[in-house]
Amino acid sequence: MSQPFRLNKEGLINRNKKISFTFNGKKLFGYEGDTIASALIANGIHLVGRSFKYHRPRGFFGAGVEEPNAKLQIEFNGHSEPNVNATEMELVEGLSATSQNCWPSVNFDIGAINNFLKMFFPAGFYYKTFMWPKSFWYKIYEPFIRKAAGLGVASIEKDKERYEHKFEYCDLLVTGSGPSGLASAYAAAKNGAKVILAEDKPRFGGTLLTDDVSIDNLSGKDWAEKIISELKSMPNVTVKNRSQVFGYYDHNMLVMFERVSDHLEKKSKFTPRQRLWYIRAKETILSTGSIERPIVFGNNDTPGIFLSAAAKEYMKVYGVLVGKKPLIFTNNDSAYETALEFKKNNVEPIILDTREEHSSELIDEAKSKGIDIRFSHGVIVANGYKKVKSAKIGKLNKDKNSFEKIETVDCDCICVSGFWTPSVHLASQSGNKLKYEEKIDAFIPDKKKQHETSVGAANGSFTLEESLKNGFENGSNLSAKITETKTEIAIPNVNEKKYGAHDKFWCMPLPKNENPKRFVDFQNDVSVSDIEIALREGYRSIEHVKRYTTLGMATDQGRTSNLNGLQLVSNIENKIVPEVGHTTFRPPFTPITIGTIVGREVGMEYMPTRKTPMHEWHEKNNAVFVDAGAWKRPRYYKQGSETLFEASKREAKNVRENVGICDVTTLGKIDIKGPDAAEFLNRVYTNAWMKLPVGKARYGLMLREDGIVMDDGTTTRISENHYHMTTTTAQAANVLSHLEYYLQIVWPELNVNVVSTTEQWAGAAIAGPKSRDMLSKLYPDLDVSNEALPFMGYKEAEFFGVPSRIFRISFSGELAYEINVKSDHGMFMWEKMMEVGKEFGNQPYGTEALSTLRIEMGHVAGPELDGRTIPSDVSLNGLISKKKDFIGKNSLGREAFNVESRQKIVGLIPIDRKSSIPEGSHIVQDQNAKLPNPKLGHVSSSCWSVENNNPFSLAIMKDGKNMIGKKFFAVSPLKNKSIEVEVISSHYVDPEGKRVRS
Amino acid sequence: MLYIKCPYCGLRAQKEFSYGGDATIKRPNINEEVSSEDWDNFVYMRKSPRGKHIELWQHIAGCRQWIKVQRDTATHEIFQTAKVTEEIR
Ligand SMILES: [Zn+2]
Repeated sequence: MSQPFRLNKEGLINRNKKISFTFNGKKLFGYEGDTIASALIANGIHLVGRSFKYHRPRGFFGAGVEEPNAKLQIEFNGHSEPNVNATEMELVEGLSATSQNCWPSVNFDIGAINNFLKMFFPAGFYYKTFMWPKSFWYKIYEPFIRKAAGLGVASIEKDKERYEHKFEYCDLLVTGSGPSGLASAYAAAKNGAKVILAEDKPRFGGTLLTDDVSIDNLSGKDWAEKIISELKSMPNVTVKNRSQVFGYYDHNMLVMFERVSDHLEKKSKFTPRQRLWYIRAKETILSTGSIERPIVFGNNDTPGIFLSAAAKEYMKVYGVLVGKKPLIFTNNDSAYETALEFKKNNVEPIILDTREEHSSELIDEAKSKGIDIRFSHGVIVANGYKKVKSAKIGKLNKDKNSFEKIETVDCDCICVSGFWTPSVHLASQSGNKLKYEEKIDAFIPDKKKQHETSVGAANGSFTLEESLKNGFENGSNLSAKITETKTEIAIPNVNEKKYGAHDKFWCMPLPKNENPKRFVDFQNDVSVSDIEIALREGYRSIEHVKRYTTLGMATDQGRTSNLNGLQLVSNIENKIVPEVGHTTFRPPFTPITIGTIVGREVGMEYMPTRKTPMHEWHEKNNAVFVDAGAWKRPRYYKQGSETLFEASKREAKNVRENVGICDVTTLGKIDIKGPDAAEFLNRVYTNAWMKLPVGKARYGLMLREDGIVMDDGTTTRISENHYHMTTTTAQAANVLSHLEYYLQIVWPELNVNVVSTTEQWAGAAIAGPKSRDMLSKLYPDLDVSNEALPFMGYKEAEFFGVPSRIFRISFSGELAYEINVKSDHGMFMWEKMMEVGKEFGNQPYGTEALSTLRIEMGHVAGPELDGRTIPSDVSLNGLISKKKDFIGKNSLGREAFNVESRQKIVGLIPIDRKSSIPEGSHIVQDQNAKLPNPKLGHVSSSCWSVENNNPFSLAIMKDGKNMIGKKFFAVSPLKNKSIEVEVISSHYVDPEGKRVRS
Repeated sequence: MLYIKCPYCGLRAQKEFSYGGDATIKRPNINEEVSSEDWDNFVYMRKSPRGKHIELWQHIAGCRQWIKVQRDTATHEIFQTAKVTEEIR
């Protein structure tokens, strides 16, 4: 197995470790340190994908994050991931990669027919083609777009990998370990600052790894290694490779994506795959470097065409030749370094330079090495379908708009360089308004917006000397402000080649009668003519041009296309680039996995699970649980093959006939203490609280300031200045915040403190006609008679040696009590109750039976108190005090709240006494009326009345009290049901409330 | 994610806070007559300025204190935070 394009010695890969992988089913190998891209190129494979719209063959174009084409579907370690950048994904044993967006194969792709039908796919083709007829949308157009759009296939399997989140704080975050980043981090570290240095690639050093430079007589690579090892030894520095800072958010928070173990063949069970870092930095150095941009020419998307710096990186880092007959096509000096590198590896390049003949240090060196340089030349069109075979090249006239001579030269790759674009994404995300720098034809950061400082190439400085100086100075100054320590560092001596001026040339003209596609954006298949069409059709704003043509969208975010697109628009519009402006840079800079965003917050870890102290008992006794916020509550206790309906009916019936116990620990509990507690309650609740004696409970109703019911519950006066408030399970947190708001902001003069005690107490309700008998057995020494412990009474007593609170309150409408003990004793209490209750026929009941009991009694709960009802809507106006003021009182006088026909709570029973009425049904007069059928109300709660043995519902209905006795339909289109119902009172059972007082 | 300086606890992530609306709204005094117009203004009428806004936040996952925050609604810049008993100028 030879690798025809692998150099013998060059590169930083580990030739002692071979790694095998598959590509489109074919078994191949590479070395440790390869990316998928470098290993494939070493094997002579260039065709890796098909383009988005035309399905044109595509190969590698870059060597890192700038890659627009080589997005692969990766299968590894049991997971499948789409759109993985082949130029970034490190080779790992057992990895398998496949091409995307092609069928049946990348070599023979049916979709390529689009390439020959390209007149049907102009700019904005989505908008034009899929407009009519309207009926085609659902069945034909949408499936077509869904199939054609997107690149890879998302896995539908559960992701078994582990992802983590990390929160970190530092003085200085440095994003990128090129020369300016290393210098900044080093200077700041020497000042004692807490530094994080993040590098996207596996290797530190950035351009130092590929540029022919020396620093203090060390090669760039060796100097980088020296600095990194020193930084790693310092306790105040965190150095991270494979870590991309992808977003700059408010208040100097940056988010980083770390690929922890994607490159590892084996890892321990708890090693995460990827990690998301939330980093709050005092100062940020953006040393993100720059990305080479291409020159636009005909068929410039053919496989075998590379950015020139990428070709150099493949040689110097991976020991791989992108071709053996290279054409170097450039408008500047940097591509000469690529040519010289080819030459050094005994490959003869031809340089086509758009500039007129001139001289510079690099040009002279290339000349002296005998490299064929053709000035005023450029590539007109690349020939070859799946790989470059030759190129038609032309000698440009003086105005560079036509050709003096055209010829065809053989080549197997074209390395193109159209100068450099600073990576300003993070600076722009921070809010920095960019400015256009004429000297480099690109945008650079302007005045600081947050605490971002761009250095080196990211700031438009393209020489090593300047970058280092820039880095050392900024790193030192920014950190010194924080640490108040300044360590002098000598700026090292630098040896680098001097570059001449670049040519402001970015797009090759076409000879007459030739019209090959010239792509500006490879990833989205946007060509020069597409942008021309968009402008011809009247799109002016660059943001509109972007959306109409899709220029600069998708995973590569236009890293290689944005500036050429802007140049084209400004040329056609006769504007200069800064007038056209740029589109908005948005995070993430590179695609990140959904798993990383989610982190550990998945499945059971999605939110905390709150369990009552009796949870284990419920589990052991076949409870089927229901979520109540974060709580797990028993919905019913299943006996044998019982259904929910059967079990809840049995449980509710047993409460009506005997006695049942229910875990009510989840109710919100708030301790209220202080000399002004009574006055506070009097303002918070709608009813009167000043005269509640110690040892008594009272039902209370709470409103919002707009008069809508907020919550209800009982509050008990434990002692002179101490009250125990209960809230509904759902509103517990809101009520606490509400009370704190009034105490802290509105009435700070009230001497009252509130604290949540929900988790301090375990609670159990004992309900049913035999509950007093059972209670007397639970408290043999206590007088629990109706006289000693009347309805709304309260007592403290020992429960088998354990302190407890007894409240005579009822939610079920039966004679009932609630016992509270300290949480630790909850299980003890419950088990004792089960033991003692046996002789009374006691059974536990769940929330379903609880609902049944309260619904048939006409007690309102969450479904009725839905944020739209005022007290009189739900028959609670008896609790409105006329004598005092309270929260929300002034709103109750509003006109709309007092019209006669306003909604009111009613009861509903089906005419057939059999059909249960779905919750959420609408009440209408005529079930067959023309739509929209006027809605008279809605069904809020439904149950099977165990007392009357037929279905019963509560509903909120317009002019409800006057509807009693009338017939309507309850329709639920969702359940496809329409049930004829009769309106009755909402109090279906024991309307006088005798039982609770018995 | 905002970085909010709780006057009691120091700089904390936005995650720990919940938003509480305009801090300059004053509730009419309890047990005092109030005109319908004043009441409606208190309950319903809020300005939605672009720029500086004094608002309430509660440090729910911290000290549970309600605090005042002066923030730019467009840029999210926070100029000042204070206890509710203190003035923001
Ligand atoms: Zn706090």
